[in-house]
Amino acid sequence: MPIHEKSLIRPENLKTHDELVIDGVDVSGHWSTFIESRVVSDYNEDLQDEIAALPGGEQIHRCWQCGSCTNSCTVNAINEDFNPRYWIYLIRMGMESELLRDKDIIWQCVSCNKCTYACPRDVFPEGVMKATAHWLERKGHTDKSPSMHFDEVFTDQIVRTGKIEESRTIRGFFKRTGQSLMQPWMIEMVKRMLRGLPIGLLTRMGLATVVAPKTRGWSAASAAMQEYIDEQHKKQEQALSS
Amino acid sequence: MTKKDKYQKVAYYPGCALEGTGHSYNRSTKAVGKALGLDLVEVKNWNCCGAMEVKNIDPKLQTYLSSRVMSVAANEMDMDVVMAPCNGCYHNLKKAEYDLKHDPESVDVVDKLSKKAGHKTYESGQVETIHALDWIKDTIGEEGLKERVKNSLSGIKVANYYGCMYTRPRHIFPEKDQGPGSESTSNPHFMDDLLAAAGAENVEFPLKTACCGGAHTLSDSDTSTKLVLNILKAAKLAGADVIATECPTCHSGLEMHQIRAEKVLGETVDIKILYFTQLLGMALGLKPRKVGVHENVSDSMGFVREHGLA
Repeated sequence: MPIHEKSLIRPENLKTHDELVIDGVDVSGHWSTFIESRVVSDYNEDLQDEIAALPGGEQIHRCWQCGSCTNSCTVNAINEDFNPRYWIYLIRMGMESELLRDKDIIWQCVSCNKCTYACPRDVFPEGVMKATAHWLERKGHTDKSPSMHFDEVFTDQIVRTGKIEESRTIRGFFKRTGQSLMQPWMIEMVKRMLRGLPIGLLTRMGLATVVAPKTRGWSAASAAMQEYIDEQHKKQEQALSS
Repeated sequence: MTKKDKYQKVAYYPGCALEGTGHSYNRSTKAVGKALGLDLVEVKNWNCCGAMEVKNIDPKLQTYLSSRVMSVAANEMDMDVVMAPCNGCYHNLKKAEYDLKHDPESVDVVDKLSKKAGHKTYESGQVETIHALDWIKDTIGEEGLKERVKNSLSGIKVANYYGCMYTRPRHIFPEKDQGPGSESTSNPHFMDDLLAAAGAENVEFPLKTACCGGAHTLSDSDTSTKLVLNILKAAKLAGADVIATECPTCHSGLEMHQIRAEKVLGETVDIKILYFTQLLGMALGLKPRKVGVHENVSDSMGFVREHGLA
């Protein structure tokens, strides 16, 4: 069982000795940093199957760890802890506690699909990131991420009306996540937006915030979709609890 | 039938954003179509394609939403081409087409939902989905544009920004990467080609297909602001006066985080942001107001006047 390099170089696993003499040789100092030995015993053998049971995670078993995903990753470029290859490795090994160290950033995948483009094994790492973020929430390891709140507000509006009216989505999202709409940059943007709008368009957009635009005859589609979402949710719950 | 003939009259799928923050893209696309003598028939009673969010709840639900749009175009309007100017809509329709061709489970889910919803199930191959770039490139082309240009864009340096969803993932765009004449997924050039034909000077822009963080523009704004700042600064460093866009999410993302960078990080990047259809429209002799330049959040009216486009 290989021990991954990354867990070895975590700062809390490093030991530094100010004064250490072994066999009469002084080995103290920075160059002689030692690594705390540790035994991994808490494998979750179902981890890969659980991720694969959630939408997007189906192909995780195909990964052979080439690292093309991390190498091409948009978010990795601004935060080196964001490491899809490593997380896929941990999931496949069942190293749940190690994965949980990064639980608060996995949802930050921006779905740019550079990884999917680069992956030579069709793992669809973008989907695996979404499945993993869902898994963390469904298992109670994290709260719902802001992104998940947004997805839910958005999808709910489409299921109900067939269309998106942006101001409604934005208001719904800010309310749900307890953020104020009155942030200086937001005010500035709305100001600049209103500056150029012709009266006719302004009226139409204003009206849309009161009466949501709808796809006509949507109720049958709406009911069918809600039923499908509930069905899928139940199936996934079963897969996660077995 | 050649593409040129086939695309003269297309089903137009504007999508939700073009009725909201992307309204100037809607206005300019229609105006350019009219100026070029191309026929747009809006998809009747359309619905949202699922954008970037529904797939995170369930990917097959998104496939259904996109398939309904194609079903209406094919079965209720008898059209064989759907043109979507929004990268998100375009991408989702393409993805639905791919999944319905290759994945029996998706076919099954879409069939069940369509029957319950009370409309014909879309079958893969009934329509071809194209982007506004394909539409103009294949009907009018560079030569045709050159003949029609009234106000050359000469002297305007443009960074062409394509974003993520126009080229990724590769497998849902089987017509791309097919050699000369086709679009490239690693180095797209259709927008460059069209704007060059209209006289613009395209700069070498390495972040053509970089991500603006659009999917998390509100839910992880700090990340999006960093990504957008990168794009704005790179375009500026490449010597561009203006970034040309082809997606309402990218466009409003660039505009919004340009302001957010100013207000939150104190970083100002002075660069204009215009839809490629706005630039093309003005080159074809349309007034800036006809292509909605005054409706953009970032103010480019002075800029277009300086360059003799007003």
